[in-house]
Amino acid sequence: MGTVVSIDVRPPLVTAEAIEAAVAWFHDVDRRFSPYKPDSEVSRLIVGALAFEAASPDVRAMVTLADELRDRTGGAFDARRFRSDAAPDPTGVVKGWSVDEAVAGLRLAGARNVQVNAGGDLVALGEPSPGVPWRIGIRHPDHADRVAAVLGVRDLAVATSGLYERGGHIVDPRTGNVPSALRSVTVVGPSLALADAYATAVFVMGEAGLDWVARQPGFGGVAITAADRLVWTELADGLLDRAAPVA
Amino acid sequence: MPKRGAAALTLTGLALALLLNFRTPSAPATVADGGNGGTSNDSGRSTAGSGSGSTGSSNAYDGSVVDTRYGPVQVEVSVANGKVTDVTALELPNQDRRSANISSRAEPLLRSEALSAQSATIDGVSGATYTSDGYAQSLQSALDAAGL
Repeated sequence: MGTVVSIDVRPPLVTAEAIEAAVAWFHDVDRRFSPYKPDSEVSRLIVGALAFEAASPDVRAMVTLADELRDRTGGAFDARRFRSDAAPDPTGVVKGWSVDEAVAGLRLAGARNVQVNAGGDLVALGEPSPGVPWRIGIRHPDHADRVAAVLGVRDLAVATSGLYERGGHIVDPRTGNVPSALRSVTVVGPSLALADAYATAVFVMGEAGLDWVARQPGFGGVAITAADRLVWTELADGLLDRAAPVA
Repeated sequence: MPKRGAAALTLTGLALALLLNFRTPSAPATVADGGNGGTSNDSGRSTAGSGSGSTGSSNAYDGSVVDTRYGPVQVEVSVANGKVTDVTALELPNQDRRSANISSRAEPLLRSEALSAQSATIDGVSGATYTSDGYAQSLQSALDAAGL
């Protein structure tokens, strides 16, 4: 499945070369990390054609991070579990990490106010105009064109997991069941690599997962329950726009 | 709300079609972590409709066509004075009966909801990648193109 990356830079602007470097970075990450490209490093790692020790530092770092997150989430996030022989698999954290890195690169190039959104998971640095936070709509679980809530964020990552409408691939491997307590989980925090993994973990944990994520320093979340209630943590309480239409 | 009129000054919306295959096909297990303490609140949900916007010095921006499993989807966003005034589905899937039902359901919602999103002045959308490839992404790319 492909995705689209949007890069939105507000003044101060950066050079076209800086944008092109970010674009080249994403292509490079895709080339090396895609599990759908048979000759990517990660694909070769998963099938055992590449030893962990022989992988590039980036790949080893992401495998290590994914393992660390498995432990930190009590197994709610566990990329290896679905690989034969529990092969190392960093794919669950790579997208978020690649966005974190792209934003860091743009910041080094002089950007102070920038949003990088990779298929619905994003990092929003600074603010779009002075005194105003980035306003991020949380996609309505029933309607791709609607928002269920609006968060005003500065210097935060925002990641959402959910099983919308039909189909879906998030299952609880212990039971084989598809988690059904929540329809959508949005996690905010200082790192998209972590926020993305946490959103998946909270989705598996259910509503108690919000309490869990609230205990992770700097993180918070908003969930839409199976009963179509909106629930959120204390940190998110300061971000939710109550005036926004809740549809 | 925020004035973001100077679209020409903002380098915005480089919507890049990349093939990024990072999403784990399946994810994970469990955790038993209970307790309470998080704040929970009920929130009523109602549809916020809205009428058509004003015309005037408006420009239309087409979102990129996004292939969804329901078929190709593209939206057009009309902008006047830095505000979204209208959203039109340019291309809607109707290959089979199920898709046609989705289209007929989505079209009116598409209009009203993007307008209500504009009343909330959205800068971006966060959603699960799994299905954000449909209307949302196309709307996002149209908003990018509009420099909102």
